[in-house]
Amino acid sequence: MNQVHELRLDPTVCDAHGFCVEMLPEILTLDEWGYPLLASGTLAVAVPLQLLPSAKKAVAACPVAALRLVKVER
Amino acid sequence: MSTPPAGIARLLPVGPTGAALDLRSLADHERHFGPLPAIEGPRIGHPGSMVHEIERAGLRGRGGGWFPTARKIHAVLESAAGRRAWSAGRKPVVLANAMEGEPASSKDAILLRHSPHLVLDGIQVLAATLGAPSAFIAVHRGSSVIDIVTRALAERRDPIVIELITPPARYVASEESALAHWTGDGIATPVFLDRPFQRGVNGRPTAVQNVETLAHLGLIARYGGEWFASEGATSAPGTSLVSVGGAVSSPGVIEVATGTPVAEIIDRCNGFSGDVAGFLTGGYGGAWVATDALLAAEWSPESVSAAGGVIGAGILWALDARECPVQELARIARWMAGESAGQCGPCRFGLPSIADDLDLLATPAAQAADLHRINARLPLVQQRGGCKHPDGTARFVTTGLHVFQDEVAHHLHGHCSASIGAGSLPIEHPRRTPVPLPGRDFR
Ligand SMILES: Cc1cc2nc3c(=O)[nH]c(=O)nc-3n(C[C@H](O)[C@H](O)[C@H](O)COP(=O)(O)O)c2cc1C
Ligand code: SF4
Ligand code: SF4
Repeated sequence: MNQVHELRLDPTVCDAHGFCVEMLPEILTLDEWGYPLLASGTLAVAVPLQLLPSAKKAVAACPVAALRLVKVER
Repeated sequence: MSTPPAGIARLLPVGPTGAALDLRSLADHERHFGPLPAIEGPRIGHPGSMVHEIERAGLRGRGGGWFPTARKIHAVLESAAGRRAWSAGRKPVVLANAMEGEPASSKDAILLRHSPHLVLDGIQVLAATLGAPSAFIAVHRGSSVIDIVTRALAERRDPIVIELITPPARYVASEESALAHWTGDGIATPVFLDRPFQRGVNGRPTAVQNVETLAHLGLIARYGGEWFASEGATSAPGTSLVSVGGAVSSPGVIEVATGTPVAEIIDRCNGFSGDVAGFLTGGYGGAWVATDALLAAEWSPESVSAAGGVIGAGILWALDARECPVQELARIARWMAGESAGQCGPCRFGLPSIADDLDLLATPAAQAADLHRINARLPLVQQRGGCKHPDGTARFVTTGLHVFQDEVAHHLHGHCSASIGAGSLPIEHPRRTPVPLPGRDFR
């Protein structure tokens, strides 16, 4: 089994500040309403190892703690 | 054990005249169904024998998802067992969902109007099975069913007290996490991170169950799981209440065995009252299906979804062919947008923007660009909400645009073939979109 880091968004908390997108443009873009769109199109996206530092910055940049990084077994 | 009833009139038994019996009084109820037997509670590591009966019954929830009830019970028991022994959060809660948020559904109200005690029996059965010390029944504020439930509760001497609660009449307030949120904290907005079976009412493991599901439990406790599974489809046994509406001669709620051909359900409603443009299945969070495809299906979750529909909470609505279906799509999508809890961006802003473009598409001045914008936005509101409200709305719109593509094409060519005004699908209290501040009127 493989360990994968997953970035998860709580949509009920996200306030469309967009700071996360600046930190991690590779897998986060803004939709037309100003909310982050994960590359998966859902509320969880796998983070490639080389982007892990940026993902951590994105999590830290969110003023409302809407993002979490979790380790999942795949 | 009293004699099990034969036939398919289980939840709504009929009298000699063919009309459903009024079993609102406890005496009439017990005379008809017999007394409720005592239910064995769970011991550490051993769910009671009732769980086994529910497994044998193969009962699946009738609130929309058709989730196996025994599996939910196991999940709640496991979640409770995982708590520290001295923790107050160890005791499960039973929450009966009588909210009936889908405007085209009336089966829960009809059930409670005829047999409220069967539902309350089911709550007792589930609470005893889970070892839950408290239980709630949620009826939406302003509902005519409140009086009936109040009177029925006053007649009973139950081991576990059932409290009637009345959350606000909002579509998403009846979603299970919103309901648990309201019961504990008085705010009827969906909760994203915790599922009720893990952390529901005040953090306790909570079993949210539709009232029809609970009424079936009241029967399974009396007559057993094997009796229950003796009617209906193997994949989803038993009987099911169906709210049939629209262009049928005798609209209303009927009880059928699962697996019944949909064409037979329409026959029991005395057929169509005119030409039908298509069928809405499962309500405003459901799906449109072409008439022929649906009439060829059977009333089971699998067969209805193979036809492109959703069995959901048992709604079948035949749309009158004289109405403009695109106008109906626009009107209902707007209402659903207003029912958002306003917490998640794609739901709060995405649904109104889709409704805006549907308004344009609903007129003979519609442009191809309007349709393109809708199609581009529909995927952006799916799988991105804290609950499934936007997904259901998107499915309603996507399937509608597909089933009514000919009428959409007419609009793009400057015509509308409607001969009467739209507006048959029922809605209550249209609200402003995008909804104002998240959560404001959810108390
Ligand atoms: C937006 C939304 C609205 C819902 N409305 C209702 C409702 O009005 N009544 C109901 O029983 N279930 C409703 N549900 C389903 C509940 O969340 C829950 O799954 C159900 O009450 C569980 O009962 P069951 O297992 O007996 O079907 C709704 C779900 C969603 C996502
Ligand atoms: S920084 Fe936080 S609040 Fe802002 S868009 Fe990203 S997740 Fe949402
Ligand atoms: S998806 Fe919509 S209805 Fe569901 S929690 Fe988010 S804002 Fe509320």
